[in-house]
Amino acid sequence: MSEKHIVASFDDELNALAQKIAEMGGLAEQNVADAVAALVSRDVDKAQRVIAADERVDQLQHEIEEQSVLMIARRQPMARDLREIMAAIHIANDLERVGDLAKNTAKRVIAIDANFGSQRLVVGVEHMAELCLTQLKEILDAFASRDLAAARSVWERDNEIDAMYTSLFRELLTYMMEDPRNITFCTHLLFCAKNIERIGDHATNIAENLHYLITGQPLIEARPKQDTSSLTAVPYRQG
Amino acid sequence: MNDVAMPAMMAAAHPKVVGDNPAAKLEIKDLRFFYGETMSLKGVSLNLAERKVTAFIGPSGCGKSTLLRVLNRMYDLYPHQRAEGEVLLDGENILTPGVDLNLLRARVGMVFQKPTPFPMTIYDNIAFGIQLYERVSRGEMNDRVEAALTRAALWGEVKDKLNASGLSLSGGQQQRLCIARTIAVKPEVVLLDEPCSALDPISTSKIEELIDELKAEYTIVIVTHNMQQAARVSDSTAFMYLGELIEFDDTDKIFTAPTDRRTQDYITGRFG
Repeated sequence: MSEKHIVASFDDELNALAQKIAEMGGLAEQNVADAVAALVSRDVDKAQRVIAADERVDQLQHEIEEQSVLMIARRQPMARDLREIMAAIHIANDLERVGDLAKNTAKRVIAIDANFGSQRLVVGVEHMAELCLTQLKEILDAFASRDLAAARSVWERDNEIDAMYTSLFRELLTYMMEDPRNITFCTHLLFCAKNIERIGDHATNIAENLHYLITGQPLIEARPKQDTSSLTAVPYRQG
Repeated sequence: MNDVAMPAMMAAAHPKVVGDNPAAKLEIKDLRFFYGETMSLKGVSLNLAERKVTAFIGPSGCGKSTLLRVLNRMYDLYPHQRAEGEVLLDGENILTPGVDLNLLRARVGMVFQKPTPFPMTIYDNIAFGIQLYERVSRGEMNDRVEAALTRAALWGEVKDKLNASGLSLSGGQQQRLCIARTIAVKPEVVLLDEPCSALDPISTSKIEELIDELKAEYTIVIVTHNMQQAARVSDSTAFMYLGELIEFDDTDKIFTAPTDRRTQDYITGRFG
């Protein structure tokens, strides 16, 4: 924030709120990284730890929401202060969803433990997750430094993840057709990929909120959609 | 759309028209105001939309009350105070010397910070102003007094004691009596100079509810130090600082995403 408030405790509260978002973001990011690592190495213990760690993310969301409501009631914030608090509520919501998606991915790691699928496919998901984690990290950094250009670049890059997801979707469908024994594994993997793709969407939501926080204007230009998986079909070849 | 509805010449002189109703009741053009040698309004231009509420906000000494006092030439009561520029009420410049000030103040009523009932009965507080401008029968006067008190949401509380002194009422009731007195003469514009600063929250809410109702008929201008109040009651807000109009826009815009840094600093409590 630019200049300080006349009432110093208001600044303290706003700083505390931003710090909580940073803490929550760091945790959510870690959980996503761990969930993907657990998936790649089929590490059930690690997956269990991700599931347990999600509780703290949820708790932080509650705290941020409660603090925000109190600030609105007590300070009656205006203009940028108001946008700051509204953005905190929205971003905490997105991060809570990111945590849930990491947890869901971790649960699937436990479910697919017994199935041996192709490591090549897992690598595809891992690539996507790397990109997604970069997005998440960059948007959290942008939030910390209130960097509008960085927020914009995250927002514009989401279509890369979408494109990867669509191609992975196609690949998994093909794999399932080749051998029905792959179906269980591939379905789980498909859901994991979808979770990760959604985490990317939440990163762009955060970018939109950050844009509104900084400029006071919504980010509404059309972004090219690359996730065409809902329109994708792979012809069944009888062989 | 607003620009299209306005004649091109007006649009050029007054680029800033806010709200969905572009019809300007008052057009203020390059208004400069002097207390002796001191210039306290430094060329202010803005349009006040008809049947809308416009709020003036800004730190003490920014010129917002001065601006309000120009709109019905209240400053004429004091020597060494003068205004330059133009204030057009329905297109006519009210700053020209020939203007009938009594008529002007009947058209542009004013309510002050501290309730100022006349030391007479509640009934006469209302009737007094009407008698100045009109000759009405007793029966009609009764109707006018009742109508004004009803419009000001005070009738229910005073109908059984119309002969009691206006000064016997509570602060909030006195302020509503002053508003009733103002609207009894059927003005076109109502100027409110911090009308709630001496009132408790309940009375404040009643005045705010009244403002909401009155704007269907009147053009309302309110000066307030309470930013939340400006946000609650007004359609457009003007932020003034050191005798200048810094920003004038839809109230929604001013309080969520103001354009000027000084507006932002002021409304978020960052002014040093």
